Amino acid sequence: MGEKILMKGNEAIAEAALRAGCRFYFGYPITPQTEVAHYFAKKMGQYGGTFIQAESEIAAMNMVYGAASAGARCMTSSSSPGISLKQEAISYAACAELPAVVVNIMRAGPGLGGIQAAQGDYFQATKGGGHGDYRMVVLAPSSVQELYELTVEAFNIADRYRTLCMIVGDGMLGQMMEGVEFKDKEELFQADKSWAATGTKMEREHNYITSIYIEPDVLEKHNLKLQEKYRTIKENEARVEVYNCEDADVIVAAYGTVSRIIKNVIKSAAEEGIKVGLIKPITLWPFPTEAFEKYADVPKAFLSVELSAGQMIEDVRLALNGKKPVHFHGRMGGMVPTQKEILDKIKDILK
Amino acid sequence: MAIVFQRPHALKETQLHYCPGCTHGIVHRLVAEVIDELDIEGKTIGVSPVGCAYNNYLYFNCDMVQAAHGRAPAVATGVKRVHPENVVFTYQGDGDLASIGTAEIVHAANRGEKITTIFINNAIYGMTSGQMAPTTLLGQVTTTSPFGRRAEIEGYPINMSEMLATLKGAVFVERVSMHDIKNIKNAKKAIKKAFQVQQAGLGFSIVEVLSSCPTNWGIDPTKSLKWIEEKMIPQYPLGNFKGKDLEV
Repeated sequence: MGEKILMKGNEAIAEAALRAGCRFYFGYPITPQTEVAHYFAKKMGQYGGTFIQAESEIAAMNMVYGAASAGARCMTSSSSPGISLKQEAISYAACAELPAVVVNIMRAGPGLGGIQAAQGDYFQATKGGGHGDYRMVVLAPSSVQELYELTVEAFNIADRYRTLCMIVGDGMLGQMMEGVEFKDKEELFQADKSWAATGTKMEREHNYITSIYIEPDVLEKHNLKLQEKYRTIKENEARVEVYNCEDADVIVAAYGTVSRIIKNVIKSAAEEGIKVGLIKPITLWPFPTEAFEKYADVPKAFLSVELSAGQMIEDVRLALNGKKPVHFHGRMGGMVPTQKEILDKIKDILK
Repeated sequence: MAIVFQRPHALKETQLHYCPGCTHGIVHRLVAEVIDELDIEGKTIGVSPVGCAYNNYLYFNCDMVQAAHGRAPAVATGVKRVHPENVVFTYQGDGDLASIGTAEIVHAANRGEKITTIFINNAIYGMTSGQMAPTTLLGQVTTTSPFGRRAEIEGYPINMSEMLATLKGAVFVERVSMHDIKNIKNAKKAIKKAFQVQQAGLGFSIVEVLSSCPTNWGIDPTKSLKWIEEKMIPQYPLGNFKGKDLEV
């Protein structure tokens, strides 16, 4: 490993992207992720890249669409209301199979909501916030270190599958400062981009990037091709961290910063003789179903803890397929559950 | 025997889908002729719109990117910033550029993006079957202004070229028309200059083309050309609004 630097989560995203070869960033200011843009604005010039503060989130994502079509590693970042605006181009890019990275540092909704941390965009990210049958890989880091590592990985995944890759962090993660240990050199997937719009140089047939297939049979065929790709991603890319699950009384499902609170809950529960485990999905899509299947018989019950009204819990239930009861504890509006709150809930479940 | 007339190389050998009497095809040809004459096919990347010309990525021989409704200038911005040495153009209609994509065209122009926009103004939404466009004339009957466009209800026709010409980043702005041979020749000159302005790296260039839509106007092709001349031009005066004397 290389140097270790104290960094804000949002800055780590930008630094990681630069290290991953991203030279095109398009964004629009919105709290609590704007430091991503600040960092790029300052640094992009040194790398010979382009930073544009777009006129809107819509335009920013369409600039990503253009830069990705042109074959470049590129990204945008925003927070919840801004991500809603990007959904149009997200759906188009999914159909046109454009590799790019989108970061959502989630804040509380719905509507303009608030600017504090939340996880209310789980459905939007994993079930398709835009129209049509598409998926994108959704990565959920829980520390600044992981934010850096997964941002680099996001670019590799995007290029490997010609897909969009979204990083979801909550506002806490974007704003917190932690030490990050950077590698001296990143492993970057070298993709064949012979499909990109680069100019024919009169040496080949023209390339075109499109998301419209007006003939139903052709569009269905394209959809089947996309679904096949999503199946491959499902088989290869599900990631998860399993912690303390071997003989747990209750297994908690939590991602992002919430998973860190759970690690503390595990300690305080142990002091009271209660065994708590944690399954922390690192990819929200594809959802790490196998980990839940594997530990389904171990605890008395599962508990999904989220900064939402209960969204990931649906995937936990699908994964467990009725084998065990699945309880829920969540806070909304930017409120964060305390260790005690969660431990009380666990005790309730075990009564 | 010498060939005196043939398909421009930049245009694919395929039948266009446009309605009889529609002037989209002529504009396509003019763009392709300019690409040929400037010998830039190999480095040109076009951006297709949403609207009747949605699939013109199948008609041009250069690389093409199809964009969402109104977003072509943003997409073209992304393409051009990745390939600053290439020539990038957008081809957009009036619903696309003057309604849903107003923000994108204004800001691409204002940033002085080195792209060229071909803007088709036919005062109506063609593809979705004849709805009122921002460019629809006062009194003009469309499927969503069945009693004629009324200023007090639907507002006024929007003059995009005049508006864009006020922006510093827009360095070449000209309005041309497809209604007769002389004007078609002028249109080609304007399109060529717009591309040259881009090649010279001077800033954003746009050519607004008054175009016909016999199908949705409900009049025959000949009368449609007359309609451009008599009804559209008084609202949309032809000429150069900016950059006439630019040396390229």
